[in-house]
Amino acid sequence: MRIPCPFCGPRMLEEFVYLGDAALMRRPAEGATCDYVFLRDNPAGRHRELWRHEGGCGAWLVVERDVTTHEIFGAALAEARDAG
Amino acid sequence: MAYSFLSILREGLTGNRGWKPVWREPEPKPHYDVVIVGGGGHGLATAWYLARNHGITNVAVVEKGYLGSGNIGRNTTIIRSNYLLPGNEPFYEQSLKLWEGLEQDINYNAMVSQRGVLNLCHSDAQRDAYARRGNAILMAGADAELLDREGVRTLCPFLNFDDERFPITGGLLQRRGGTVRHDAVAWGYARAADGRGVDLIQNCEVTGFRIENGRVKGVETTRGFIGAGKVGMAAAGRAGQVAAMAGLRLPIESHVLQAFVSEGLKPVIPGVITFGAGHFYVSQSDKGGLVFGGDIDMYNSYAQRGNLPVVQDVCEGAMAILPMLGRAKLLRSWGGIMDMSMDGSPIIDRTPVDGLFINCGWCYGGFKATPASGWCFAHLIATGEPHPNAAEMRLDRFDRGYAIDERGAGPQPNLH
Repeated sequence: MRIPCPFCGPRMLEEFVYLGDAALMRRPAEGATCDYVFLRDNPAGRHRELWRHEGGCGAWLVVERDVTTHEIFGAALAEARDAG
Repeated sequence: MAYSFLSILREGLTGNRGWKPVWREPEPKPHYDVVIVGGGGHGLATAWYLARNHGITNVAVVEKGYLGSGNIGRNTTIIRSNYLLPGNEPFYEQSLKLWEGLEQDINYNAMVSQRGVLNLCHSDAQRDAYARRGNAILMAGADAELLDREGVRTLCPFLNFDDERFPITGGLLQRRGGTVRHDAVAWGYARAADGRGVDLIQNCEVTGFRIENGRVKGVETTRGFIGAGKVGMAAAGRAGQVAAMAGLRLPIESHVLQAFVSEGLKPVIPGVITFGAGHFYVSQSDKGGLVFGGDIDMYNSYAQRGNLPVVQDVCEGAMAILPMLGRAKLLRSWGGIMDMSMDGSPIIDRTPVDGLFINCGWCYGGFKATPASGWCFAHLIATGEPHPNAAEMRLDRFDRGYAIDERGAGPQPNLH
């Protein structure tokens, strides 16, 4: 996989570190902390997920990827609006 | 037909014309006492122990593909019971004991080979941690042996003892650990369960659960509705999709784990060896191929294939302790989909739906657990109560604050 970093262009997978579902950026509602920390949708298909370009610019990215084929549809900076 | 030396001799002398298919291909009946979703190792073992231990034989195993087409057919075949935590170790020791008697139990040669599992350590601190784990293993009634450097050298003189970064300072050895012919486990359990009347229904994908008044009534499949008194889900790798059909969200991410095998070589590696400073493990199959693997790829995946960075990482680990591996040609590599749970430990439990049970979250350690998983899951389905050895493997343990976190990595599935 190559991830198209908005700053650095397409870069090889080794430069990136994976965190998980981008839904984690939205803080949990009152009383939903356990679900937020431990439960995942874990879809087989398109997945919006958080990667950090650790070996490059250091930016946190939201990458949209098909987890059944590893096809990457795009990557954007993780921004406050993602936190909804 | 019972398999024995005499049956081989007889068939050999009569042109091998008497061998029969080892299981039937039945049409699904309208209703079963128990339906197991998933015809892999755990599902088939569950069916066998339901019949063997509880006399429940009106059972169907429904499988989307062919029997044993998931991770039971694509793993690195290691068995061991060298865990630290009390929620895990008695379960895995039960499993190892069941492996020891499996072939006689199911009358099938699974090539169980207790050739030893050696975890190498590379620092004083790691040696202390191994001593602690070894003691925990001994206290659970399993076997463990702490080796010093010379002890490791006697066993495996070919290792790279003086690597600049990761010199080998000793190891933790479990002599009763080893390897098993993985496909034969699926086939053996399938044949044994079929022999007790369990229907093994292949090419039958579950598309939904019929749930009425909070109780499961059966499964909708591509071959029609199949009624069931109880349903057990044993679809690791795809556990999330199956559970979602019953309205459940699981503490699981699916990740891809790669494994590798070299060309066939003469016997060079006596048992299973793991590198303690990275993630690399290797054994030699009976055909001579070096079977090895390492970390998962670290990102969510259902693709059954991985990427090159992990291939490189695994090979670096190999070269650090086993430079001779660099002379062998890689024959093939493959990937399997792991249910990575939030604490690295599995789930065997009831669900909020009456009569619906779940078995999932095996991370990359499901193969060694196959017999105990089947045993404990069958116990849960038959009696409604958890087996004592799996009592901590509850679905709600995260809510309750009782995670079984062997590695202490927290709720980050790709770190377990």
